[in-house]
Amino acid sequence: MMQATEPPPEITHRLRLIVAGSTLRSRRAIENLKRVCSQRLAGQSDLEIIDIYQQPQFAREYDVIAAPTLVKLLPLPVRRIVGDLSEEDRLLRALDLAVLPSLGEA
Amino acid sequence: MPPQPANTGSATTQPATTVLPKSATGISGFDEILLGGLPTGRPSLICGAAGCGKTLFAVTFLVNGATLFGEPGVFMSFEERAEDLAANVASLGCDLDGLVQAGKLAVDHVRVERSEIEETGQYDLEGLFVRLGYAVDSVGAKRIVLDTIESLFSGFSDTAILRAELRRLFAWIKDRGLTAVITGERGDGQLTRHGLEEYISDCVILLDNRVIDQITTRRLRVVKYRGSAHGTNEYPFLIDASGISMLPVTSSGIDRPVSNEVVSTGIAGLDAMLRNGGFYRGSSILLSGVAGTGKTTIASHFIDAACRRGERCMFFAFEESAEEICRNVRSVGLDLRRRVDAGLLRFEAARPSLYGLEMHLARMHRDVLEFRPSVVVIDPISAFRGPIAEVHATLLRMVDFLKSAGVTGMFTSLRISSSLNDGTDQALSSLMDSWIRLMDLEANGERNRVLYLIKSRGSSHSNQVREYRMTDSGIELIDPYVGPDGVLTGTARLSQEARELAAAERRRRDIGQRRRESERRRRALERQINELRATLDAEQDEAHALLLEDEAHDVVLSRDRVAIAERRGGAE
Repeated sequence: MMQATEPPPEITHRLRLIVAGSTLRSRRAIENLKRVCSQRLAGQSDLEIIDIYQQPQFAREYDVIAAPTLVKLLPLPVRRIVGDLSEEDRLLRALDLAVLPSLGEA
Repeated sequence: MPPQPANTGSATTQPATTVLPKSATGISGFDEILLGGLPTGRPSLICGAAGCGKTLFAVTFLVNGATLFGEPGVFMSFEERAEDLAANVASLGCDLDGLVQAGKLAVDHVRVERSEIEETGQYDLEGLFVRLGYAVDSVGAKRIVLDTIESLFSGFSDTAILRAELRRLFAWIKDRGLTAVITGERGDGQLTRHGLEEYISDCVILLDNRVIDQITTRRLRVVKYRGSAHGTNEYPFLIDASGISMLPVTSSGIDRPVSNEVVSTGIAGLDAMLRNGGFYRGSSILLSGVAGTGKTTIASHFIDAACRRGERCMFFAFEESAEEICRNVRSVGLDLRRRVDAGLLRFEAARPSLYGLEMHLARMHRDVLEFRPSVVVIDPISAFRGPIAEVHATLLRMVDFLKSAGVTGMFTSLRISSSLNDGTDQALSSLMDSWIRLMDLEANGERNRVLYLIKSRGSSHSNQVREYRMTDSGIELIDPYVGPDGVLTGTARLSQEARELAAAERRRRDIGQRRRESERRRRALERQINELRATLDAEQDEAHALLLEDEAHDVVLSRDRVAIAERRGGAE
């Protein structure tokens, strides 16, 4: 299904963030995810942000119920992480990333 | 000019006369209970325990909407995958895939898997809304089904969010004017596990699957229907190869057309006992008798007679199979197999224990509507087991239904004892227009069958107990022996007849003898009379002779006296 032509070999995380419109909650989810990606998955993530208001067919394709939902296609198993991703520890665990004891700005 | 009448016409066809608009489900019987259907543009809740037929109800609602009423639909399944769903309902005659391809139906399976869902922070169910909206728009749906939306509660832990979102969802459904069916699993002490009935209060339908005496009966009840009257009882329904069928209970009134036409019983002697020459068309006839009195045979005669008239008949057999009945009645010269082949007769055989009473009722109801017979035989009603009151109510509805359909119904009933006070018969008699009792008379080492009419409404009828025999050419009523010793049957009748004959012969002989005797005495008397008369004559002759002698003597005397006087005078 996924065209595995472009992505460089070091891609470990294929992520789709499904949001519904540009609400505050959507923007917060995007910010949270982008921050984690840049900090922990620099160059290793294939991230796509989909607004189901614009492309409603993707809601079904990715089997989304809640919004925002982060669909983790890779690494397997497929997981759906719902919410604005504000709980970073849970997000990291869901992304199969180790939770570092003192991460971020402190 | 033309548009105006067209407008008013379409306005009147809509049920817009300030009544709640309703969307028919196309499930016959169900729509009648709901007095039209589910509320249009509102969500309705169908709840019940597992295996009650909730999903099937919902699918039927959608499929009928798409095929019968031109209303496309969306099926959103939270439990079954689309393929499974299509396969499940295909066995009941619904072609989901075909409807999906024709763009009349959209099926969306929403997978709710707790292990795949991680919650971090705030969210809402906008994804569901978008999916639903997208599916609705893709087919222009007017009807939607959310099959067990409560599955969401198993996937998400924040019930506060879920409840708020569900409330929003139902409001959204109303805003969009979608007629929705929401299914819900029955919960403890409430209708659904998570109290969905709090959110959907327009129309709540409860399905039930009850097992009594190892027999399952599906029932349905309309718990509430805001803004509309509805049937309030529990109604049985049936799920089988042709989908859902329900028994409408509209026939509760005793207001129906009656027929004056008389139909033959198929037995000449029995016709003769009824002054009209048969039963009224559309009436109900009870045949009751102990085992082996020929209930099925008499019913078969009735059916055969109807088939001869070219009418359709339906035979609900609960004790014998169609083949057995055909074979058995061939011994009395009836060929029912030919009637079956000709399409005039249909047998429906089932064990009474196969379903509950209501189920049987629903099945018979459906079969009768399908085949449209003019005569229905139920053999025997005594096979139905259950509380008397329930059996009675069931049969009452069956009789009612048959009568309202103008179908002549013949019911046989097996009696255990010969006594008249047999519970079921007694309770049923008021439903029946005619009642024929079949009896066994045991005497002199043999058993003879007799019948009599207990009642036949609207027709005078013989009060006689008649003996009948099953011959190669059918049932034959025998002229009764009625004599000073009462009514006799069988050999007793024959021997009594012989005795009668001998007695008559004896009497004839006596009479002859008496006549001869009297003749003899008459002759003797006459002879006596003649003798007396001869004696009289002789006496008379003698008297006459004496008289003449006396006269002659007198003359001689007087002549002598004159002679003497002359002699004396001569001397003086």
